Amino acid sequence: MQRVGVFICWCGTNISSTVNIEQVVAALENIPGVVYIKDYQYMCSEIGQNLVKDAIKEQNINRVVVASCSPRMHEATFRKAAAAAGLNPYLVEIANIREHCSWVHKDKEAATQKAISLTRAAVAKAILNEQLIPGEVGVEKRALVIGGGIAGIQTALDIAEAGYQVDLVEKTPSIGGKMAQLDKTFPTLDCSACILTPKMVDLALNSKINLYSYSEVTEVNGFVGNFEVTINQKARSIEMEKCTGCGICLAKCPAKKALSEFEEGLAKRAAIYTPFPQAVPNVPVIDRETCIKFVTGKCGLCAKLCPTGAIDYEQKDQIVNQKYGVIIVATGYDLINLDRFGEYQYLDHPDIITGLEFERLVNAAGPTGGKLVRPSDQKQPKKVVFIQCVGSRDKSERGKAYCSKICCMYTAKHAMLLRDKYPDCEAYVFYIDVRTAGKGFEEFQRRAVENYGVNYIKGMVGKIFPGDNQLQVNGVDALSGELLQLEADLVVLAAATQAKPEADEVARMLSISIDRDRFFTEAHPKLRPVETHCAGIYLAGACQGPKDIPETVAQASAAATKAIGVLSKNKLVNNPCVAKVEQAVCSGCLACIKICPYEAITEQVIEEKTRGKVRLRRVAEVNETLCQGCGGCTVACRPGAIDLKGFSNQQILAEVDAICR
Amino acid sequence: MNYSYYPGCTLKTKAQGLEACAFKSAQVLGVNLVEQEEWQCCGAVYPLAADEIGTKLASVRSLVAARTKGEKLVTLCAACHQVIKRVNHDMKTKEDMREKVNNYLQLKEDYQGESEVIHYLELLRDEVGFESLAKKVKVSLAGRKVAAYYGCLLLRPREIMDFDDPERPTILEKFLESLGASPVNYPYRTECCGGYLSIEREEVVEKMVNKIIDSALQQGAEEIVTACPLCKYNLENSSLCQKGEIVVSYFTELLAESLQVKEG
Amino acid sequence: MLREKITPDTTKKEIGQISEISDEKILDCLQCGKCTAGCPAIHGMDIMPHQVIRLLQLGQVDKLLASTTIWGCAACFTCLSRCPRKVDLSKIMEALRLIVLRTKGNQRLEIDKVPELLAKQIPQQAIVSGFRKYVK
Repeated sequence: MQRVGVFICWCGTNISSTVNIEQVVAALENIPGVVYIKDYQYMCSEIGQNLVKDAIKEQNINRVVVASCSPRMHEATFRKAAAAAGLNPYLVEIANIREHCSWVHKDKEAATQKAISLTRAAVAKAILNEQLIPGEVGVEKRALVIGGGIAGIQTALDIAEAGYQVDLVEKTPSIGGKMAQLDKTFPTLDCSACILTPKMVDLALNSKINLYSYSEVTEVNGFVGNFEVTINQKARSIEMEKCTGCGICLAKCPAKKALSEFEEGLAKRAAIYTPFPQAVPNVPVIDRETCIKFVTGKCGLCAKLCPTGAIDYEQKDQIVNQKYGVIIVATGYDLINLDRFGEYQYLDHPDIITGLEFERLVNAAGPTGGKLVRPSDQKQPKKVVFIQCVGSRDKSERGKAYCSKICCMYTAKHAMLLRDKYPDCEAYVFYIDVRTAGKGFEEFQRRAVENYGVNYIKGMVGKIFPGDNQLQVNGVDALSGELLQLEADLVVLAAATQAKPEADEVARMLSISIDRDRFFTEAHPKLRPVETHCAGIYLAGACQGPKDIPETVAQASAAATKAIGVLSKNKLVNNPCVAKVEQAVCSGCLACIKICPYEAITEQVIEEKTRGKVRLRRVAEVNETLCQGCGGCTVACRPGAIDLKGFSNQQILAEVDAICR
Repeated sequence: MNYSYYPGCTLKTKAQGLEACAFKSAQVLGVNLVEQEEWQCCGAVYPLAADEIGTKLASVRSLVAARTKGEKLVTLCAACHQVIKRVNHDMKTKEDMREKVNNYLQLKEDYQGESEVIHYLELLRDEVGFESLAKKVKVSLAGRKVAAYYGCLLLRPREIMDFDDPERPTILEKFLESLGASPVNYPYRTECCGGYLSIEREEVVEKMVNKIIDSALQQGAEEIVTACPLCKYNLENSSLCQKGEIVVSYFTELLAESLQVKEG
Repeated sequence: MLREKITPDTTKKEIGQISEISDEKILDCLQCGKCTAGCPAIHGMDIMPHQVIRLLQLGQVDKLLASTTIWGCAACFTCLSRCPRKVDLSKIMEALRLIVLRTKGNQRLEIDKVPELLAKQIPQQAIVSGFRKYVK
C-alpha cells in the first residue's frame, strides 16, 4: 500500500501570502493514500528537510510530495533528503506552487484552488511512481572551447592547468578576439596586448591545448560526458607544419586591396595575411576572394617565394570528428551595424568612427602608429566629440533595448587617453546616464572629469552636419536646457553591443537557448550563471550578455571550474527517466526511430512462439545510455508501447484526472 | 497600366504645375493615371489624435474607391501621400478605429487597408524603373547641379511611410541621375521647412528654410526640387530665394522638361 | 516651491486626457534630449521638447498649455524617427494643442483671415492644415 506524505512549503511568504496553506492542508486530508501532511516556512532548510526524513522513518512514508518551488530549484534537494532516509529518490514528486501559482496570481482564493489542484495531481502521480536506479556512463576527459577571445583563452588555460586536454576552436585565423584590438584597458589603463599576448603564447605552448584556428564547429551530438563533435578546418591554403611565419609572402603579395578586419577597415591588408603581427598561430591564410591566383588563375608569387614550400593552393577543408566530455561556448559579441543611424553620418563621413576604430587609431601597433589623426586628412584633431548610447537603451527597430554596459567606461578611457596624449585637444562626451558600477570604475570616470578636463554633457546629439572642414554637432545639454553646436574634428560613436549573427545557429546546434536579444541563456540568472540548461555545456564571456574584460575573465574561470567538475569524474550518473518499449505491444512501425533526436532507438528482431511456431518480429529497442528522456517517442508511438520511466502515460493521465476532478 | 490617381486641393489650384507635368510625363512613360471621380480633400495633415475618426474618412473613401477598381492609388502631393498612407496603415493595424470607420461608412464589404498607396516617385522607381526612365529622356539635364529637398512627409515615420531611409534617402537623387542631372548631396535635405507654421510663425520658418538653402548653396547647388507644394512655398518665401540666390521647382517639372513635354 | 505630490490632483484629469488622445507613454522617456537636439523648429519654443515630457511626468500641464512650444511644433516627426524610446512627441504636442482648442473660445485662426492668406500665394494645403491645427 502506498503511504504518501505531503510537505507544503510557505517559502517565507512567497507562497503563503497568495496561497492559503491551511485550506490546502484541509483539502488534502481526505485524499486516499495521503497519510501525513506537514507545512513549514522553509521546507528546503535543514529543519524542513529533517521533517521529510523523519516522516519517512517514523511514519513509514513511502511516497513523498513536496509542494514548493519549481523542481528546477529544489527537486535535487528533496531527492537527496529522501535517499538519506532510505527512500528511493525517484519516489519524490514536486508540486510547483510558487512559479506556477503564487508568483503569477494575485487572487488568493483562485491561487489556493490552483495550489490544491497541482498538489493533488502530484499525489496522484507519486502513487504510481516506481523505484528507479540510475545507470552510469563514462566521461570523455577532453574539453571543447568554442571561441578564442579572452573568454575562450582563459577557460582553455584553466582547464589545461587542471590537467585535462582542451581543444579550442576559433573561427578567424588567430585567437585574441576583440581584446587583441584594444589599446588600453580600464580601469587600470594597462596595455591590452601586454596582458593578452602572453596568455595567447601560453596557450600556443601548452601541450594540453590543441588549437583549431580558422575552423568552425559544424555539428554536435551526444550528451554530457560524451559529446560527439564535428569540426571543419577551413582551407588555409598554407601547410601549417611547414610555415615558419617569416612573413615574406605577406610583404610581397601584390593584392593589397582588402580591408583589414583587425584594423576595423582603417587599413588595407594583403590577400595572404595574418590578422596582426602577434597572431597565434603565426601562420597566414589566403583570402581566396581577393587572391589574384584564385580569382584569375595567374600570379602564384607567394608559392614561388616561400622558402619552405608551405603554400598549397589545392588545400581543401578538413573534417575532424572528436569526442568531448564538456563544451564551453565563448563566441563573443559584435557591435551593431550603424546603417540605420543616418543622422550620425557614420557611413557618409570618414571622420565619424566607432569606439573600436578609435582603439585602432590610438594603438601604437595600429594603422597610424598610435598617432591620433582624422581619417579624412590625416590631421590631428583639436576637438573630439564622443556620443554614448548609439543604439543602446533603444527600444526602436534601430537599436537594442539593453544597456551595452562597457561603453561608459571605454568612452571615459578614450577621452582620458586623448587628453593625456594631446592636452590641447578638447573632449566632449554626450551621455544619457553614466554607469560605472564596478571596482574602481566610478573613480576612473571621475578622473576623466576632474583631472583630465573631459566635458561631460548629459544629453544627446540630434544630428551631425558635415561641413567643409569640420563636423557640426548639434546637441543639447538637457540639464541646463541649452542647445549646443560644436564644430568637431572627429566624432566617436559608442555603438551598441550585440550577439553574434551566428548565435541562433550555434544555439540550435548545441540545443541551448537564447534570449530575445539572441544572447545565450544561463541556467539561472543568479545561482547558475555559467551553466546552460543543457548539462555539460557552459557559457563564458559576452556571448551570454554584454561584459567587460574583468567580468569575462571571471566567468571564463567559473565555466572552467564547472567543466573540470565533470571532467574529474570517471563516471556520471545517468538519468533513469528514460524511454522503455513494451515489446509485446510494439507494432514495429518504428515511427519512434524517426522522431528520436538522440538516435537512441534502434530496430531489433525478436523471436516469438505463437501456436507452437517460431516467428521473427521487428520491434523497437531503446539504448538507455543514449536516451535523454525527452519523451518524443512516447507521443509518436501509435500503439502506446513506449513509456517514459517516471513519466508514464498512466501517470500523466492520473495527474490530468486529479486536476479535472 | 492603369492607376487610380488622387490629386488633392493644392494641385488643382496653386500647384497646377506639379500635376500637369506629372500627367504629361506619365503619358510618355506609358502610365495611365485616372483621376478618382469624387475625391475629397484629405485634410492636409494626418490627424495625430487617437480619438479622431471623422477627419480620416475622406482618405478612407478614396482608398475604398481604389479597392473597387482594383488599382494602386497614386498620390503626388507629399502631404496627401502622408495622410492617405497613414490612414491606410491605421485601417490595417488599429482594430478599434477600423471598427468605428466601417460602422459609420456601412460599406458592402468592410475596408481593412487592402489598397496600396504609392507616391508618384515610387511609381517611377518601382513600376516604371529609373533605368527605363533614363532611356526615354530626350533632353538630358547634364551639367545641372540640382539639390533634392525631401521635406518630412514622404520619409517619416519610417516604419509607416516605408518610402526610403529618412536620414539618408536616395530616391530623388537617383531620379535626378536618371534625367542626367548631377544631384547635390547636402546635410539639410531632410530637415523640416516649417510646414504649416508659415501661417502664424513666419519668423521661425524663415530661419528653418534659410538653413536648408544655405546648406544646398554651400554644396554648389544651382536649383532645388521638391515634391511638396508647401515646401516649395516656404523655400521660395525665404530671403535667400527672394534675393534670387536659387530657384525651386517641382520634381515633375524637371521630369517633363527632360521628356520634352513641359510646354503646350 | 515645495511639491508634495509628483502629479497634483488638480492636473490628473489632463494627464489622463493627454495619454488618451496621444496614445503615448510618457514614462518611456529617459530624458536623453535627442528630440530637442534635433528639433528644426526649436527656435520658436519656450519649453524644450524633452522638457515637455519631463513636465508631463511631473504633472505640470498648465505650463505646457500656456507655452509657445505646442504651437511651434511643425509635426515633422524628426523627434519620433530618432527617439530611442519610440515616444511620438508629435502626438503629445497634438494632444496638448487639442486640450486648448477643444475648450470654447480658444480658436487660433479666424475664418475672416483666409481671403488675405489666399491672396498671398500661400498654398491651400497650408490653409487647410491651419484649420486642422489651429481650429476645432
